[in-house]
Amino acid sequence: MASHPATFSTGQSPAAAVDALNVADDAQTIGALPDDVVMETVNLNVFYGDFHAVHDVNLSFGKNEITAMIGPSGCGKSTVLRCLNRMNDLVPSARVEGSINYHGQNIYAPKVDPIAVREHIGMVFQKPNPFPKSIYDNIAYGPRVIGMKVDNMDDVVEEALRGAALWDEVKDKLKQSAYGLSGGQQQRLCIARTIATKPDVILMDEPCSALDPIATSKVEDLMLQMRKDYTIIVVTHNMQQAARVSDRTAFFTARPDETTGNRTGLLVEFDRTKDIFANPHDPRTEAYISGRFG
Amino acid sequence: MSVLTEPGPPPGVGPAPVLTGKSRPGEAVIKVLLVVATTTSVLVTAGILLAVLEPALEFFRRESIGEFLSFDTNKQFSALPLVVGTGLTTVIALSVAIPIGLGAAMYLSEYASKRARKWLKPTVELLAGVPSVVYGFFAVFFVIPVVLRDWLGIPVSAYNSLGAGLVLGVMIIPTIASLSEDALSAVPLALRQGSFAMGANRMQTTLRVVFPAALSGIAAAVVLGMSRAVGETMIVLMAGGSIKSTSADITQGHETMTGVIARTALGESPVESTEYKYLFAVALLLFIITFVMNMISIAIVRRFRQAY
Ligand SMILES: Nc1ncnc2c1ncn2[C@@H]1O[C@H](COP(=O)(O)OP(=O)(O)OP(=O)(O)O)[C@@H](O)[C@H]1O
Ligand SMILES: [Mg+2]
Repeated sequence: MASHPATFSTGQSPAAAVDALNVADDAQTIGALPDDVVMETVNLNVFYGDFHAVHDVNLSFGKNEITAMIGPSGCGKSTVLRCLNRMNDLVPSARVEGSINYHGQNIYAPKVDPIAVREHIGMVFQKPNPFPKSIYDNIAYGPRVIGMKVDNMDDVVEEALRGAALWDEVKDKLKQSAYGLSGGQQQRLCIARTIATKPDVILMDEPCSALDPIATSKVEDLMLQMRKDYTIIVVTHNMQQAARVSDRTAFFTARPDETTGNRTGLLVEFDRTKDIFANPHDPRTEAYISGRFG
Repeated sequence: MSVLTEPGPPPGVGPAPVLTGKSRPGEAVIKVLLVVATTTSVLVTAGILLAVLEPALEFFRRESIGEFLSFDTNKQFSALPLVVGTGLTTVIALSVAIPIGLGAAMYLSEYASKRARKWLKPTVELLAGVPSVVYGFFAVFFVIPVVLRDWLGIPVSAYNSLGAGLVLGVMIIPTIASLSEDALSAVPLALRQGSFAMGANRMQTTLRVVFPAALSGIAAAVVLGMSRAVGETMIVLMAGGSIKSTSADITQGHETMTGVIARTALGESPVESTEYKYLFAVALLLFIITFVMNMISIAIVRRFRQAY
């Protein structure tokens, strides 16, 4: 929010572009920020033991927007995403510095309960991970565990499955195992399961990387449709996907440490997707989205 | 001369790769050894069954099945009181070992830190290696007189099913804990992550996702523990009493199937006597009960299985 300068560019000329690829630098381009911010990271640093995985990330996520996080493998996209609903708490060696504000509250403040955070900020994983239960019980699981007040669970299940564009395909086999579904259906089931608890923000880590192009386009359509109700943050390796679905894009890269050689991830550029793709400011962004690097 | 009939590769490609089979004599030897190992175990089992079957049938030629399958403790060759004795000690053992064993497994797999687990799991498994005669001693000289009588003030007789069953339970805790822990920790991490991401806490994740996913392995662990309890001899022989009884009073002794077999085998009964043949009939019954128990558990596992 206010902690970011509205626009801040190092003003590197594109001519210096190719050299800059190899030069480690801290240059950061932050373009237009969302007006209605649901979440923001402030000087987020993440460590795994002694390893500095992510350095000083400042991002804001706008309400009812899709924000894409892109960048080469190992630059810390998943790490940042997992911090946003405190899933990184499950990694014993992980340590977080800085803050992540969700509606103005730091979710890393001492008295915050990570379980309560996750009720509001749901997550869809790279590999579909339905529970070994029936389709119905997969959806009902979330409302049951968080003790949601539910008049009729059947309606909740139907609504969630409709919301994930899966209802027509599964309405006759709700009592069957979720493992009988195709990979794409399983992933939409995982999305349905996530929206069943009516979260505010949905995090997705490469949700289509295990899917074929048709299943991918179904999930992408679904994301666009879901945008009106949810704030979505998606990590993707697929540049076209970022361009197709997202409103804003954050580009990360990894910079090797001079002494240890450890690659620490950092944010290079954050802007409206159309601006980033049409007119990237940073030469590294340009190189990555044009496929020359990463 | 026709070029087409010429075998071999086209010019400029080099020799064709050899795709014909190589002989691998080592492979054949290993396969034979493995087949021998498998058939030996099958044949030994079959041999034991036959060796039991023959004298058991001889017993039934001499005595009626009605006498054997009667609850009458006054009849010399009744067997159902023994089933009652074994059943009581087994139920007591399981009611100790299932909650403690599964609790330990859940703690080790889902709650303990890596460091704690590295120490605790081998320690639990160490208990499985304690010889059962030591447990028998423990029952007779500590659990029955000290724990049950002095500490808890239960008026138990010197040999009783309660003491034997409790110690039997302690004996099978490591089996149930260790195998269940294996089953729980084999559940993919992705399922736990999915559950936590829904806002579930650790207990909910453990009980509603991990546990059901591991159920078939856990059931196998419980059945193995139960089979050990049913077949265990030393503890019930030393602590469980030697009087046939169909009463449900666990503060008293009950003769068990394994107890009667061991006592008869150690005793003076001549090989041709009916007492001696009775031993085999009881052994056959024990075998059938264990077998049926295994079948039931397999059916239960199939029914409730949640494969991941
Ligand atoms: N649980 C963990 N323990 C230790 N190090 C980790 C852990 N998870 C990630 N890392 C390290 O943190 C860095 C960032 O990893 P992360 O998975 O966030 O990258 P990513 O951008 O998501 O990569 P990819 O595109 O391949 O998924 C990597 O160097 C990785 O090795
Ligand atoms: Mg990743």
